Amino acid sequence: MDHPAPPYDEMYTADGQVRPHYAVYSDWLLRQPDDALRQKRVEADSLFHRVGITFAVYGEQEGSERLIPFDIVPRVLSAAEWSKLADGLRQRVRALNAFIGDIYHGQEILKAGLLLPEQVFCNPQYRPEMHGMDVPGGIYAHIAGIDVVRAGPGEFFVLEDNLRVPSGVSYMLEDRKMMMRLFPELFSLNRVAPVEHYPDQLFQNLVSVAPLGVAEPVVVVLTPGASNSAYFEHAFLAQQMGVELVEGQDLFVRDGFVYMRTTQGPRRVDVVYRRIDDDFLDPLVFRPDSVLGVPGLMAAYRAGRVTVANAIGTGIADDKSIYPCVPDMIRFYLGEEPLLANVPTRILRRPDDLAYTLAHLDELVVKEVHGSGGYGMLVGPAASEAEREDFRLKILAAPENYIAQPTLALSTCPTFVEQGIAPRHIDLRPFVLSGRDITIVPGGLTRVALRAGSLVVNSSQGGGTKDTWVLEG
Amino acid sequence: MLSRTADHVYWLGRYAERAENLARTLDVQYRLSLLPRAVRTDGAGWGLMLRTLGLESAYRERYSDLELHKVVDFLAFDLGNPSSILSCLRAARENARAVRGSISSEMWETFNSTWLEARSQAPTRFTALNIAEFIDWVRFRAHLARGVVLGSMLRDEGYHFMQIGTFLERADGVARLLLVRLACEAGGADGRPAEHDYYPWSVLLRGLSAFEIFRRVTRGAVTPDHVVEFIVFRTDVPRSIYRSADLVYENLRAVANAQSGETERRAGRLHAELRFGALDNLATQGIEPFLAGLLVRTADLNDRIGRDFLGRVA
Repeated sequence: MDHPAPPYDEMYTADGQVRPHYAVYSDWLLRQPDDALRQKRVEADSLFHRVGITFAVYGEQEGSERLIPFDIVPRVLSAAEWSKLADGLRQRVRALNAFIGDIYHGQEILKAGLLLPEQVFCNPQYRPEMHGMDVPGGIYAHIAGIDVVRAGPGEFFVLEDNLRVPSGVSYMLEDRKMMMRLFPELFSLNRVAPVEHYPDQLFQNLVSVAPLGVAEPVVVVLTPGASNSAYFEHAFLAQQMGVELVEGQDLFVRDGFVYMRTTQGPRRVDVVYRRIDDDFLDPLVFRPDSVLGVPGLMAAYRAGRVTVANAIGTGIADDKSIYPCVPDMIRFYLGEEPLLANVPTRILRRPDDLAYTLAHLDELVVKEVHGSGGYGMLVGPAASEAEREDFRLKILAAPENYIAQPTLALSTCPTFVEQGIAPRHIDLRPFVLSGRDITIVPGGLTRVALRAGSLVVNSSQGGGTKDTWVLEG
Repeated sequence: MLSRTADHVYWLGRYAERAENLARTLDVQYRLSLLPRAVRTDGAGWGLMLRTLGLESAYRERYSDLELHKVVDFLAFDLGNPSSILSCLRAARENARAVRGSISSEMWETFNSTWLEARSQAPTRFTALNIAEFIDWVRFRAHLARGVVLGSMLRDEGYHFMQIGTFLERADGVARLLLVRLACEAGGADGRPAEHDYYPWSVLLRGLSAFEIFRRVTRGAVTPDHVVEFIVFRTDVPRSIYRSADLVYENLRAVANAQSGETERRAGRLHAELRFGALDNLATQGIEPFLAGLLVRTADLNDRIGRDFLGRVA
């Protein structure tokens, strides 16, 4: 029986040497007694509670709020690693924006035969309402969260593009704040690139895509409300940007413009940074039973009187059934070779891929194409025989709903757990902002699977987060 | 400012103040229950208190007698009673959470940690047995919250709405506290030795953090008339009804909009009556009807503010 190579570790080489960009941290860590670290972890928990950095878990008792477990060992990237990664992210997001614009205009990519028409038109994420409509700057995905993992000998792969309402950036910022509070000395020992300007960049970015001719655009953050799992983040971003946090009921459309209800009467709104899914945005166009949205918003949007960020219909580009085509998109729209690789993906609508997958369920990760948050997936090697059988039946019932990928040996990073410091699998979600320019704050949100051996990093499935450092060169 | 945001800060102010008022009312009643029987004229004090707070029937649904620890538990810790101190701290926190992006982080953290601490310590550290400790804790958390608001909140409409909520609630709460005391007096006050007035009324003053002030600024004895006049009409006593009405009026004027004229007029009239009134002027009406009328007027202002500013539908 062959043993697979151990996964790439962020801190140590295969023969146990500390990687150069971790050297300063590692020295420091060796001098810390376990008890002191444990104490810091308790302190972090109590601070997070007081500050109310929580998320709600669906399906649990109403109103329950949980802390996202925060790990005190940072994930460190060297300046060279980051700059390569950032170039790849910029390139990818440029191509994705071009793709969405194309899909809602000339559909050149379909004419070129790189995508089947049914992959677009039969996709519930395709929004015919967007067809032929121009958006400011041609930007659709103003905020993109690109999930990146490291596998094999340390190569980066894009696992998933999140172009609808990606979340997690508040944890990136709060994790940094917490680390600086708990371990100020680490920041004088290392030159860690700052991330705190993200809300400012986000605000500038949103202002830059306001409808033409608005001198001082009014920006709002639209939230489904305090019971939403990411409510903390919505409130946090609104506060940090100094804009109103609104719910659907606070907005209304009159004479083609969007207004908010204020104590001094209606006030015009120019840019809506919405954290509500397309389906709920406007009951006149999408789900008629939605009470979260704003009747008439779509009409105002189509008339160019308000900017919605992210645009409606971006889901067509981050759907898992479209994901395998992104490298082709980069070549097609930009005429460049992709700098960041995709994870090799089997598309189960194809008979060959389906047959292969069914024969290798115990090796593969199978994902529902419209699923997210770690729900609706099968991690073959970790699943029981019965779970695999269950999933086999689901796949056979609707193969076009699934894709399959090899079980990647995600890289590990030392993590403080019950037994002390031990390696745990991680991923990375950098946040890419597109407006007049493309900006990325260095790093992103590192998520960590806290259970030994687990590959699922989602917060809804017991994942935690780490501060992410990009060391300045 | 968003109407919904203004509504939440208004209720944040109200609930935070209500929790404090309740603690103070409970404090007064609890201290009275410790006085020797001869001085107490309030055998039914707890019952009167529940009635004046509008909680009598809710209490009766739960308990059949007025045992001290049951009443205290009901008023302080019972989360099933939406008017208990704990429930008010929770409601304040929920309102703060709904607008955490619009208030200062320090404010949110203060209201959040007050609720978290109260909830986690209520079953063990705080019980009906050491209610005085709990009351002190609530009072000092209230002082802390006030300081955080003063020291960190932008002086915009949100601040004014929070002040309106706070002082409308305070006027209401202090009026109820006086009404309980006056009801306890009714029958049996005549012909008692003067020191029998001293104890219950000085307890009330202490409950309002006003005993030392009373001594300093008046020569009068601690009698019902003196204390009522002091608590209702003084301009310089932080918890007096006049001062509360004054601040409601002042903050209301700061947020006035096109439709709030009549609301402003009514608040101004209440303010003027207290400003230029005196206990003697109320002789024809009597202080108790005046205070009972005040409760109706604060409720009316609450409704009108909701309609004029906060997007509430009548």
